Parts: sequence; C-alpha cells; structure tokens
Amino acid sequence: MKEPKLSLHYDIDGTDFLAAGSASSDTKRILKQSGIDARVIRNVAIAMYEGEINTVIHAGGGTADVNIYDDCIEIILTDHGPGIENVEQAMQEGFSTAPENVRALGFGAGMGLPNMKKYTDEMTVESEIGTGTVVTMKVNL
Amino acid sequence: MKISKIAELLSAEVYTGRELLETSVYSACGADMMSDVLAFVKDQSVLLTGLVNPQVVRTAEMMDMRCIVFVRGKKPDQTIIDLAKQANMVILATGLRMYCACGLLYSNGLVGTEVKKQ
Repeated sequence: MKEPKLSLHYDIDGTDFLAAGSASSDTKRILKQSGIDARVIRNVAIAMYEGEINTVIHAGGGTADVNIYDDCIEIILTDHGPGIENVEQAMQEGFSTAPENVRALGFGAGMGLPNMKKYTDEMTVESEIGTGTVVTMKVNL
Repeated sequence: MKISKIAELLSAEVYTGRELLETSVYSACGADMMSDVLAFVKDQSVLLTGLVNPQVVRTAEMMDMRCIVFVRGKKPDQTIIDLAKQANMVILATGLRMYCACGLLYSNGLVGTEVKKQ
C-alpha cells in the first residue's frame, strides 16, 4: 500500500468514560477540512467512535491511528485489554459484556462491533486473550 | 421545521446555539440508548433524549445532528453545553416527557425518515 497522505495518532484515555470520543471528534473535524464527502466522514466518525467507546469500556484505553490514503481511510484501534474471547459471538447484534453502569450511560447494547462493520467497507478483529485487541477498519473513498 | 419552532412547540429553554435557531431541520428521532441512535438512525437532525451526559453530544456530533432536546425536565451541565458549542449544535430542554415531546413535533410535521419513505 502507498504511503498515507495524512496520518493521525491518538492516545485513548481509559479512565474517563465521559471524556471518550475526543479522538473521533478531532478526526471528524480534520476530515471535514480535507473536503472529503460528508457521508464518508460520517461513516468513519461513527465506526471510530464506537471503537473508541469499546476501547474505554472494555480495555482501559488504547490508541487510535487514522491513515488517509488516496482511495480509502484506514482506522486502527489497538488496546492491551483482556482480549475478546469469541470474536464471532461479539460480532452478533445484541451480544454484550458491558457492565450495568455503562448501560446506564446509554451504551452497551451489543451494537458496537456490528455497527462498526456496517459503516465500513472492510473490518478485521485480531484478538488474543490476555494480550489485547487490534481492530482495523477501512472506508473507501 | 425551524429549530426555533421546535423550542416554541415544546416550551423549551435554549441552553446554547441561539444563532442556529433559524436552521431548518427535516426529521427527528427519540432514544435513550445512544447505541441505538448510532445503529438505527439515518439522516435525522434532531435527537430527543432523556439521557443527560456528554456522550449524547458526541453521538449527535458523529451523526451530523443539529439539535438535541433533553426531555422530562433534564438539564444539561456546563460540560455538555461546552461540547455542544464546539460542535455547533443547539441544546434545548423541555419539561415534557418523551412521548408528548415527540408527538407534538410529529403532529406539527416533523416526521421520522421511515414515514418520509412511504
């Protein structure tokens, strides 16, 4: 793959759920300035935001990298959390291991991963128990 | 429907985004689960919710929404107002419950996208 035109890197703070989403918000702002189609930007923003929330809820934070290429936008979310026991199960709508306090805040309905898949053109989840998870998503331009 | 009309119909207080009150919006949705908003909402520009935390603004921001209406007398705190300001969004709050707030807007012409399609 060619070198990206632009790369963004964010550390996702895992200690403050209420502050989550700042990386996605910043990415959205930067993409808007690059004149990319509004629908593409929205898809990237939603998928990344869901991922960012997951990183905070399940893994105590991590990192987000966004690479903008000529033909696609790539989002890589990396964490060193507990890992996903059964990725196939986690991809099913409605399956959730989120604690009750997260549900009270409006999340944890088991729509995160399926939603990330829905809004992107490609998505891979690599996860190892005790080591962490890497989610890579691509949205075509 | 102009956002100012929404505020009037719901007897809502405007917390931020006064300069955007003359913006026209064409559909709305009501939800307390942000997960559902992110999963099911499409092209709605107004979110009515009884959930009050900064992630409501983040969710609306990702969905390109223009206005959040807090129902059931819920009041936004300064963090929420500041985030909405940054995101160029209007924040309204009404004492009405969700069902009545949605019903008033709907019966005055602000429908959901599902109805528009029919």
